[in-house]
Amino acid sequence: MGDLLQTLITVISVGSLYALIALGYTMVYGILKFINFAHSDVVVIGAWTSFTTAAVLLPRLGVTPTEAPWWAAAGVLMLAMVVCGLVGFCVERFAYRPLRGAPRLNVLITAIGVSLFFQNFGQLKYEVLKPDGPGKPAMSLPFGAQPQGMPRLVGSRALNDATVSRGTLAGVDGAVVRLSEGVSLEERRQYSIRVTPAGAPRAIEAMVVAPAGRYEPGQDLRVGFMPAGAAPGSAYALVRSARVPIQLVDVAIVATAGLLMVLLQLLVYRTKFGMAMRAVSFNTTTASLMGVAVNRVISLTFVLGTSLAAAAGFLYSLKYVTLQQTAHQGWVLLGLKAFVAAVVGGIGNIQGAVLGGFLIAFVEQFGARYISSDLRDVYVFGVLILVLLLRPTGILGSTVREKV
Amino acid sequence: MSPVSKLDEQAALVMPDRGRAALNALVTGLACIAAALLVHFVVGSMVGPFVTRIMLDAGVMIILAVSLNIVNGFTGQFSIGHAGFMAVGAYVAAGITYYSSLALFGSYQAQTGLISVGSLIFAASALVGGLAAAGAGWVVGLPSLRLRGDYLAIVTLGFGEIVRVLLQQSNPQLFSWDETRAASLKELVPPPLGGAQGFQSIPTYTSLFWVALFVAITLVFCFRLKRSSEGRAMLSIREDEIAAQAMGVNITNLKVRAFMFASFFAGVGGALYAHQLGTALRPTDAGFARSFEILIAVVLGGLGSISGAALAAVLLTVASALMIELGPWRMVLYALALILIMIFRPGGLFGVKEAWEVFGGLWRRKAVAR
Repeated sequence: MGDLLQTLITVISVGSLYALIALGYTMVYGILKFINFAHSDVVVIGAWTSFTTAAVLLPRLGVTPTEAPWWAAAGVLMLAMVVCGLVGFCVERFAYRPLRGAPRLNVLITAIGVSLFFQNFGQLKYEVLKPDGPGKPAMSLPFGAQPQGMPRLVGSRALNDATVSRGTLAGVDGAVVRLSEGVSLEERRQYSIRVTPAGAPRAIEAMVVAPAGRYEPGQDLRVGFMPAGAAPGSAYALVRSARVPIQLVDVAIVATAGLLMVLLQLLVYRTKFGMAMRAVSFNTTTASLMGVAVNRVISLTFVLGTSLAAAAGFLYSLKYVTLQQTAHQGWVLLGLKAFVAAVVGGIGNIQGAVLGGFLIAFVEQFGARYISSDLRDVYVFGVLILVLLLRPTGILGSTVREKV
Repeated sequence: MSPVSKLDEQAALVMPDRGRAALNALVTGLACIAAALLVHFVVGSMVGPFVTRIMLDAGVMIILAVSLNIVNGFTGQFSIGHAGFMAVGAYVAAGITYYSSLALFGSYQAQTGLISVGSLIFAASALVGGLAAAGAGWVVGLPSLRLRGDYLAIVTLGFGEIVRVLLQQSNPQLFSWDETRAASLKELVPPPLGGAQGFQSIPTYTSLFWVALFVAITLVFCFRLKRSSEGRAMLSIREDEIAAQAMGVNITNLKVRAFMFASFFAGVGGALYAHQLGTALRPTDAGFARSFEILIAVVLGGLGSISGAALAAVLLTVASALMIELGPWRMVLYALALILIMIFRPGGLFGVKEAWEVFGGLWRRKAVAR
């Protein structure tokens, strides 16, 4: 049961990432009728821009990344979205617009060219800012070919952990602490202790490895390691881990993605620009005859799609903190799965992309958990082929009759 | 003259002369072999190992590009999973030669000499690899060809990715015949093709002779296909599917056939690729990065132009070999060049025409006038 819930949480979190990326694919397809293969690379640029901002620029502004307040994380996200929005604008303006009206295969090859360009350009490395003391690494543009560790802007802790008792340490000795309050440790539960050494800004967490049972004040309690700086008198909190932990990162991902999706929905269905977008998607020629500035709408659609991709890249790097180089297989697969989500949901359909994102995450995560983790990509592409064969336009896609 | 004999006369005009067709095939076959021998001994003796390597790579790329051209260029379908078929052929052929070499010769070293037992096994395995790929083409093609345009592209892409993942799940390679005989069923199913580590130590049978021979066969096949009634029917599907159907062209049947022809040659190309010196087959060979490379050659040459696809394959191989010195900038410039070519020469090198139709235009017009 716990397993099932845990997998479901992962599905919702990963699914909202897929949905965010799929929205970009689907919006571009809806309006230009071509598969923007360079979209996944914008996700990568978003993730790496977030890394550069968080690991290099934040320390220079006097903010330690791991202790950053929420608005610093929001700032990182905003910057990534702006940068990627610009990238999307330029790609549309200089690579795709000259090919408007060209055969589809040409546009597709151009998209592949743009994708190759980003993948390989991103691996170049030129130092822009020199390293400046501890915690202030060098800044390189583009991003280099080495994997990097994204600083944890959102702490890795579960929201539903229960604090069992608080107090001050009565004594420390090797890997043993003595508490000021008595506690009972239950069977088959995990406990950890968060110690805040005097003068330290935040708590350091250590696993409790003592067997279950009652521990009186002053009795020895074994821990996995002694938190640095812990001394008698340091404040502590004894925490019982939840059976199904809800990670703060997952909540942040779902909340941010949800907010962005609601905003997009409002933009598309409640504003004049959204109406123009839908008109262009329905029939470009008619829309232009009705006075819609088609080129401007297409540009803005690209900017929207790429900034959503940037948000996805940022959120992805919060959850999976090891950033691989820009041409890495993992990134491409992430993009492909999001693309599959867009197709399965019905490409060109905004609700379909969200539905597809969650569906693909569901199939992938449950297949990986309950059948075989090695074949997780096969499930995704299997679902793709199955859906295309049974309902070629996707679940929510509309059927278009071809006429002579 | 009775009406019956008149019909016979007409039938004789329409029906192909079997004897003449056989002679024709024999002459063409001998010409292919002669050309391959010429390339192997004359050209091969004039160039060094670096150029030889580029020629081998270019030859394999020609086979892949020209075969993909049958689907994307002739039939106007949209396949971006060609590397998947190539990988099927490569792994099947490499599996056959590697394990039969272990069994027959006790080592994975290739036998020397142009025609040896080993090289004949290699040629046979290349054909078997091609057939396996064609089978895969049939399996993918039959259900998915009722899809159109982008959707077909997506399915072929998915196919390539599934092949990649399945190859990753294959068992570790076995390095001697004793080991292979002692292996349990669990080590043999799925077949021991190296899994994610890649399939190494494949006997190096790919020589200029075999590459040139298969390139010649592929080219002859494609040119004759393009001029046959079947090929013209394929072209009609490209121009207008609905009109072609109205004229009685069996669309699904022809599309599946185009797919099978293309995958057969992709499989053969894969086999040649696998048996090159220093190649380790990797599951990522089936991935879309390689599919895109082949697709780029086809589009660059001009969709439907056989000579264009072949020339573009050579150009791309040579260019990427020469650009190695540029280091990390190589792929950046390659990508930029690709975008610029698509913008400024969207039809590719020759469009739908063949090279001589473009360059020989002047001469031909004069000839007609005369």
